[in-house]
Amino acid sequence: MPKRTDIHKILIIGSGPIIIGQACEFDYSGTQACKALREEGYEVVLINSNPATIMTDPQTAERTYIEPITVEYLEKIIKAERPDAVLPTLGGQTGLNTAVKAAEAGLFKKYGVQMIGVNLEAIKKGENRELFKKAMQKIGIGLPQSGLAHTLAEAKSVLKKIGLPVVVRPSFTLGGTGGGIANTKEEFEKMAAYGIQLSMTHEILIEESIFGWKEFELEVMRDKKDNVVIICSIENFDPMGVHTGDSITVAPIQTLTDVEYQKMRDAAIACIREIGVETGGSNIQFALNPKNGCMVIIEMNPRVSRSSALASKATGFPIAKIAAKLAVGYTLDEIPNDITKKTPASFEPMIDYCVVKIPRFAFEKFPGADTTLTTQMKSVGEVMAIGRTFKEALQKGLRGLEVKAAGFESKKATGDLKEHLKRPNAERLYYLKRAIEEGMNLKEIHKLTFIDPWFLENLKEIVEFERELRELAAGIFKLSFRGRSPRNLIKSCDEISRPAKIHGGPRDDARDWTASLTSFARNDISRALRRAKELGFSDAQLGEIFGKSEIEMRAYRKKLGILPTYKLVDTCAAEFEAFTPYYYSTYEMEDEVKTTSKKKIMILGGGPNRIGQGIEFDYCCCHASFALKEIGFETIMVNCNPETVSTDYDTSDRLYFEPVTFEDVMNIVEKEKPDGVIVQFGGQTPLNLALSLYQAGVPIIGTSPQAIDRAEDRKKFAEVLRNLGLKQPENGTAVTLAEALKEANRIGYPVLVRPSYVLGGRAMEIVYDEPSLINYMQKMAVDVSKDRPILVDKFLEGATEIDVDMIADGETYVVAGVMEHIEQAGIHSGDSACCLPPHNLAESVIQEIKKQTAALAKELNVVGLMNVQFAVKNGVVYVLEVNPRASRTVPFVSKAIGVPLAKLASKVMAGKKLKELGFMKEIIPSYRSVKEVVLPFVRFRGVDILLGPEMKSTGEVMGIADDFGTAFAKAQEAANSSLPLKGTIFLSVKDKDKRAVLAIAKELSKMKFSLVATAGTAKVIEAAGIRVRSLKRISEGSPNVVDLMKEKKIDLVINTPAGEKPRKDEIVIRSFAVSRGIPCVTTMEGALASLKGIQALKIKDTSICSIQDYHKRLKDMSFRAKREISSTVTRL
Amino acid sequence: MKKQAILALEDGKVFKGYSFGAEGETAGEVVFNTSMTGYQEILTDPSYKGQMVCMTYPLIGNYGVNKEDVESRQPYVEGFIVKESSRIYSNWRAATDLGSYLKKYKIVGIEGIDTRSLTKHLRERGAKKGVISTKDLNPVSLVKKAKRSPGLVGRDLIKEVMCKKPYTWNKKGKFHVVAIDSGIKLNILRNLEKRNCRVTVVPATATKEAILKYKPDGLFLSNGPGDPKALPYIVDTVKGLIGKMPVFGICLGHQILALAFGGKTFKMKFGHHGGNQPVIDVHSKRVEITAQNHGFAVDMNSISKKEMVLTHVNLNDRTCEGMEHKKLPVFSVQHHPEAAPGPHDATHHFDRFIEMMRKRKK
Repeated sequence: MPKRTDIHKILIIGSGPIIIGQACEFDYSGTQACKALREEGYEVVLINSNPATIMTDPQTAERTYIEPITVEYLEKIIKAERPDAVLPTLGGQTGLNTAVKAAEAGLFKKYGVQMIGVNLEAIKKGENRELFKKAMQKIGIGLPQSGLAHTLAEAKSVLKKIGLPVVVRPSFTLGGTGGGIANTKEEFEKMAAYGIQLSMTHEILIEESIFGWKEFELEVMRDKKDNVVIICSIENFDPMGVHTGDSITVAPIQTLTDVEYQKMRDAAIACIREIGVETGGSNIQFALNPKNGCMVIIEMNPRVSRSSALASKATGFPIAKIAAKLAVGYTLDEIPNDITKKTPASFEPMIDYCVVKIPRFAFEKFPGADTTLTTQMKSVGEVMAIGRTFKEALQKGLRGLEVKAAGFESKKATGDLKEHLKRPNAERLYYLKRAIEEGMNLKEIHKLTFIDPWFLENLKEIVEFERELRELAAGIFKLSFRGRSPRNLIKSCDEISRPAKIHGGPRDDARDWTASLTSFARNDISRALRRAKELGFSDAQLGEIFGKSEIEMRAYRKKLGILPTYKLVDTCAAEFEAFTPYYYSTYEMEDEVKTTSKKKIMILGGGPNRIGQGIEFDYCCCHASFALKEIGFETIMVNCNPETVSTDYDTSDRLYFEPVTFEDVMNIVEKEKPDGVIVQFGGQTPLNLALSLYQAGVPIIGTSPQAIDRAEDRKKFAEVLRNLGLKQPENGTAVTLAEALKEANRIGYPVLVRPSYVLGGRAMEIVYDEPSLINYMQKMAVDVSKDRPILVDKFLEGATEIDVDMIADGETYVVAGVMEHIEQAGIHSGDSACCLPPHNLAESVIQEIKKQTAALAKELNVVGLMNVQFAVKNGVVYVLEVNPRASRTVPFVSKAIGVPLAKLASKVMAGKKLKELGFMKEIIPSYRSVKEVVLPFVRFRGVDILLGPEMKSTGEVMGIADDFGTAFAKAQEAANSSLPLKGTIFLSVKDKDKRAVLAIAKELSKMKFSLVATAGTAKVIEAAGIRVRSLKRISEGSPNVVDLMKEKKIDLVINTPAGEKPRKDEIVIRSFAVSRGIPCVTTMEGALASLKGIQALKIKDTSICSIQDYHKRLKDMSFRAKREISSTVTRL
Repeated sequence: MKKQAILALEDGKVFKGYSFGAEGETAGEVVFNTSMTGYQEILTDPSYKGQMVCMTYPLIGNYGVNKEDVESRQPYVEGFIVKESSRIYSNWRAATDLGSYLKKYKIVGIEGIDTRSLTKHLRERGAKKGVISTKDLNPVSLVKKAKRSPGLVGRDLIKEVMCKKPYTWNKKGKFHVVAIDSGIKLNILRNLEKRNCRVTVVPATATKEAILKYKPDGLFLSNGPGDPKALPYIVDTVKGLIGKMPVFGICLGHQILALAFGGKTFKMKFGHHGGNQPVIDVHSKRVEITAQNHGFAVDMNSISKKEMVLTHVNLNDRTCEGMEHKKLPVFSVQHHPEAAPGPHDATHHFDRFIEMMRKRKK
């Protein structure tokens, strides 16, 4: 059946900001869907508040609304655009929930909008626990014993029936927020109460615990003729009890027989039919009792998901794209398989490799957070690796994770072994290795972890082979010193168990360090190294074992002819010819890469998402690829993050799904011999490789690695500033405590301290006095060395921070955007809200900043993008930091000014001039764009939510309006902390802020808000004659602010920290507010901005405008400006 | 250290790997199977007689071997080719590991080779005769041996896999089916049993008269190895039974039926071996994902003018996947509705067969 012709305009709901559990996978699926629908001639209207997405690029849809994803805004958009249909299954849980709310509010009926892909009933059946249970019982699929509860009393009675331990799952929440396993009655009651409150429908499911069972997932697709196919099967390495997003997962399923797999397949098909997902993809999870094969269904998501993005990358089957086509009426057999071209999409992909996904965590950012992995997702990103064996894929994944592990290691496993095996945690894999190394038998490990013996055996094989390698290395060491005969080589191994002493063995400078060995011994080494590569060992790991550097190891391996081969991901296990160049490396016989003689440029991606490096950089990498294709280059993408658009097989001409490490990148460079390599778009990951790649002769284009080094190296950078006569805060470096104290005294407290070369402000702190500095230095002692000293900077208290993005080609220097931060300097730029153009800054200061930016770009010879951070205090401009690369703000600025900066920059890097590209002058929009960040504190209960120099946010949103207040209010709403228009506001500020708070209180009172405050703050407000209710401290009993929050009587919390060490009370207040979803402002600047926002909302209802219309306004503006100039010229 | 093994193809291509399963030397036509699970069913599928199977999924043996998931008395493959055989097995039903199982039945295997490269080679050049050896490690001599090996074309392998004497499966069944055993898979019998059939399994050499003596309600033509053209005696038997009772054929049975109606079969380049083949029902336009294992196919043009009509088509290469008689209760499919291994989408064909017998009984 052909596509539907009764609909023309389709509204797609995006997923909003990146949060834990909802990351760039929805940019990937959303972008695919938009492309697919437009290919079919439909007009696409999009709502998404996240500016850092390819999806919200003005070219992706006809009409793009960067507005809060709420029913209110949805109605405004529907009213303006009158779409025929809405497709809600591509925007994650956010998109689905918003669609449900809108449908229930009668919005779609009112405007005659059809929901396609899925209907309301199916969503409810899939997501409502009770309905789901009934549906599954109807078709005879087993479920864990369970009961529903809406109150704590109900919960307790359900518990009586089932008995501990139980799993608590709130209905309609994302990534299992609020869920968990309760082992004790106390835990249960706490969890139940929290879950009821978090659930959109105030409902929780209490379930028999099947902790330790095997966990599986199937990705299923259905078309309107009821054809159903399974795209991918996934087995979790971590058994039940760990959220699948936090589990290491493997595709395809490894330990099920065909009989069991087909039973699961049948159940999945029956499930999608019974739930009634009309068309598109669903993710269905199963658990299996390893003792008897008893299978139960856990849940189903009637939409594309994180797992479906993973499944798409794991198989080459583009689930979201096909889902979009099915939604408009096509059937699976009518859609061709992109990869084989000749066969249809109505088949089940078969893979001939093993895929491993490993989550990436950020616990180090949230001291005090519980690091136990539970049914509530906590990871912030993931890496996927492909190998011909599980062992190879696992090791590739581990080195791609960028957690300072070159593969499967145990260095970090220094804690209690059994405790870390028993309790699922982010580092369990390292403890598994240690356990095997220490000789713990696999049965015992299985007893502690419930991890399937098959996986454990594979881990053991890696450990055993590493031992063999170490014995061999020790043998060589002995051999080269004692001149033993080669036949003794193997024998002598038995005598030496730990070869750690080999460092300082044979001289490192000799390239062929085996020259003194006989050919027999060298053959042994050659064979061992090949086997090691087949098992996924990296050159760095092998170097460590043989006492060589990574580079020496690599050179030797190459000399032996041990080179990677690249294989295709082709959906069909080589049964048909594949036309899509999507590659992974392995050590096999045949290489399948077809290189060309065209001019080509390679782009290095950013690896796994983490706090500080996320979707913004992937956005830039994609743009680089698009832009370079436009000007005739062939593009090659290297990345290992399955959630991204960059790893979509049709983003670049060739995709290498590989870890972004020196070894893996060099291998591809040598294979492809690119004319240029771009390292400045993928964030810190490729940037950290820049110098070593450059030294290895890789043609890095754009700003030179030396210039990057000049900006990053403290000493060299100070010299740059001195040359230019620019100011920077007083600073110094220290290796020892004594040095640190000396420097701090010279500079004067407060000082900002941090380790060198960090990302996202890792371990950065503001220190106000000597004891705190001593404390900090002790904490950091391990990581400090002469090459990596602690940096000590004067902290400019109360300064305004400014971010500037610039693009340069060596001739022309154009300011892309000046962003004034809302929060004061000292809060990481990635965590503060900002406004473009500046809303408070004096024109003279702005001019000075632009002048300084241009001077820096010239001095550093920037070709491409550059970001500079300034602080302004008392009218004086200080340079805080220069990053001669794409910054986090590039997509935001691009959308604000209507210019694709990353595209321009990549063309400039490839040799074009800004003049020929037509971008010569800064664009200053007449409207205001506000960026606001989204923080993950709700996932880390009890952790203080205060912002500081260490970045903690996971994502961002954008609010656009003609005035600052409205833009700010929109951004707040999009970030899920809507400003109240009425109700009660709680105020509690430090002494310094008491005067400022008075002005705010006055205005709020004028707008009829009731005010409550802690005694100190209340006193000041009352003294000014404003009505305020004074509350007790929490320790003094009721009524205190927490009581009021519990009763839902507080609508906004304004609470600035009392000193550098927050009081216990404050932490309780702030984290309680977050857990209840009450907006909480922790800076005076934020409070002032909020006030402006509230005032704006009070004056008039907000309006909407598409990004395309905003950009048209900019064009009209510049056209008018040009006309004015030309008319002036004529008059002259 | 593992013992070395070599796989050599008749066209000179050689793969060096390691021995797994039994040691020795074996020859057969090399085919690849893309199923990611179900190696035990594949090993014991009699249709693989004369063939050596290369599994495209690289990790094999993970769940061991159990007592239940067998399709016949013993493994029939001539050799087994994998990337990595698992050192251990993990599954609650497993009784032993794959390597030991192969050893027990003297099946020679090879592991540690680039199975994807081999698969591509077979895809591009077609199925090839090959030899696996752990004794003779001389590639030149092995290639010669591969060339000399008999291959499949025109060869009757049925007598090696069929039952020697008739036997009954499920004595208490209501519908009486006679199944001509050319290497029948047990899951076909299990499926018939589930649908209340009593099955008399007869050797493929059974005569028309012998079969009629059983007074069956229906005739089933089984799957089996090799070239249907080498089996004129079965074709003749079937010819004599058409019109006398409902007939259902699977795989080789489907090809035999085509020959019985005067159609033609041909050898495919590398065949269909896997569990993900899309087959469309030309009437309902519904797609089923099917299990397949065949190297020969029916040329639909050769019988389109006869009484048979096309009912199912393979969406990958448009080959014939099913046909039925215009008037008589006679139909067949090229794929395997009994799956094992593979998806269960097509099991309804068994229901259709039962329905035909029910109608006739009335």
